[in-house]
Amino acid sequence: MGLLAAIAASQNLLAQFPGDSNVQLVLNLLFYVIFVVFILYGQRIQMYVMLREVEGSLYKLKFIREEGRKTAIDTIKEIGKPQTDPTQRVDKFLDYFTIAPQSLDPAGVVWKLEHILDVRDTRFKDEVKLMAPSADATNAYNLENTLEAAMALNYIYKIIRHFYLLGKKTLSLYVIMQIQMILPLVMREAEAYASALKAFAYGQPIGDGAGALVAAKLTHGHETKKIEKDCIVATVPLEGRTAFVIKAEGPGGNVGKPGDAVKTVIEENQGKVSMIIMIDAALKLEGEALGEVSEGVGAAIGGPGVDQFKIEDSILKYHIPINAIVVKEDIGDAVSPMRKEIFDGVEKALESIKRLILEKTKEGDKVIIAGVGNSIGIGQ
Amino acid sequence: MILVVLITLVLSLLAVVLSVVVQPTNSEASLLLLAIGGGGLILSVYVLIQMRRRMKALRIEIPPVNTTIECRKCGFKSVREFQRGDYIFKELDKCQKCDDKMIITAIYREVQEKEKERSPFLS
Repeated sequence: MGLLAAIAASQNLLAQFPGDSNVQLVLNLLFYVIFVVFILYGQRIQMYVMLREVEGSLYKLKFIREEGRKTAIDTIKEIGKPQTDPTQRVDKFLDYFTIAPQSLDPAGVVWKLEHILDVRDTRFKDEVKLMAPSADATNAYNLENTLEAAMALNYIYKIIRHFYLLGKKTLSLYVIMQIQMILPLVMREAEAYASALKAFAYGQPIGDGAGALVAAKLTHGHETKKIEKDCIVATVPLEGRTAFVIKAEGPGGNVGKPGDAVKTVIEENQGKVSMIIMIDAALKLEGEALGEVSEGVGAAIGGPGVDQFKIEDSILKYHIPINAIVVKEDIGDAVSPMRKEIFDGVEKALESIKRLILEKTKEGDKVIIAGVGNSIGIGQ
Repeated sequence: MILVVLITLVLSLLAVVLSVVVQPTNSEASLLLLAIGGGGLILSVYVLIQMRRRMKALRIEIPPVNTTIECRKCGFKSVREFQRGDYIFKELDKCQKCDDKMIITAIYREVQEKEKERSPFLS
């Protein structure tokens, strides 16, 4: 209808057009041709416009992917000092995949998933050791994170390329449309991983480390001991209570297994824990302020769900109340170097912890505080 | 691609100049040349702007990350650019003022926010 109105308006304008009637005739004819072309090939034109848009984003994705690959190779060469060129091994690593366990019979799927993730983790660590033999533990963790970010970028590029080429091959509007519709969100994620690359390569704290930073601020100056896979725990006196503060061991890029760590602390204390407080970074909704702190109940932990399952299982056994504090941030901020607003949010989260402890527990009680997140660039 | 756009731009400019030249003798041809030249000019400038925007969008800009170093004893504080190997709570050299060890207390980046979108739903 809009097109028809535009043509009608143009014709009115043409009536006032100065010059010979031949010019009017040519322009009139041109408008009718355009009208017919749009009627017959409108959808195809729309499809080409969409394809062009996807193509533009694909160029950017290709550029980002190459940057990721280059950063990973350069970092390995710089830190790992390998004897041979790691390029071929890195390229092979970027195509690495993990097959999720079969869940037709869901009983026990968590343990199967945990096993697969453990195997994946071991394989990654072995690969990094082979690629960068001179890297120390902290740098090896950071390299692993860098490679994972590069891997994610490679995967995103391949998926978008697949749909772009498939759309071009089949000339199906619906194949192209589905990728064009989610493209802005995909690009946001890719840009987030692109900014994460440098953070991982240099070992800078990232937004996701908000929970780990809260725990680090509590453990700093207190003796820590290693606990279940890649985590540490410190016994901290807090407002007259005994707090067992758990976080992933830093400063290497590592999330640990907070599920196992919480379970171990609960068992060590025979379930005599008055409360658990979990602190994590959470994705904010548009309109919410970056670094905003919110409180709630439940196990505040992301990831594939294995740790959340274990924590929920442990607290159910002893009926321990669990509270959650989250620092709000978007996907881009979660994996890129920590922003000041998130850093300030950490202070607010510490205040919330103290208030919660005073309100919900008595003096002499035992409390578990678990700071969840990547501890890259955060000591203890 | 850029070569095609530049050729179009030159030809369009030529058409506009020609339209001015032929205007006194043939007004009809002048008008057509002006329309073609003007259209080509607008189109090529638009494509050039789009290409520039696309090139700009390809760059990934990450604001600098700063490290805050503090002396817990005397409160002396300094901020410098992040260096590889820095991490929060890392112990560094002695304080310039009191000889106590300094530690890294913060690592973060400050982003200059673009002008905020005006919306009644943003508080």
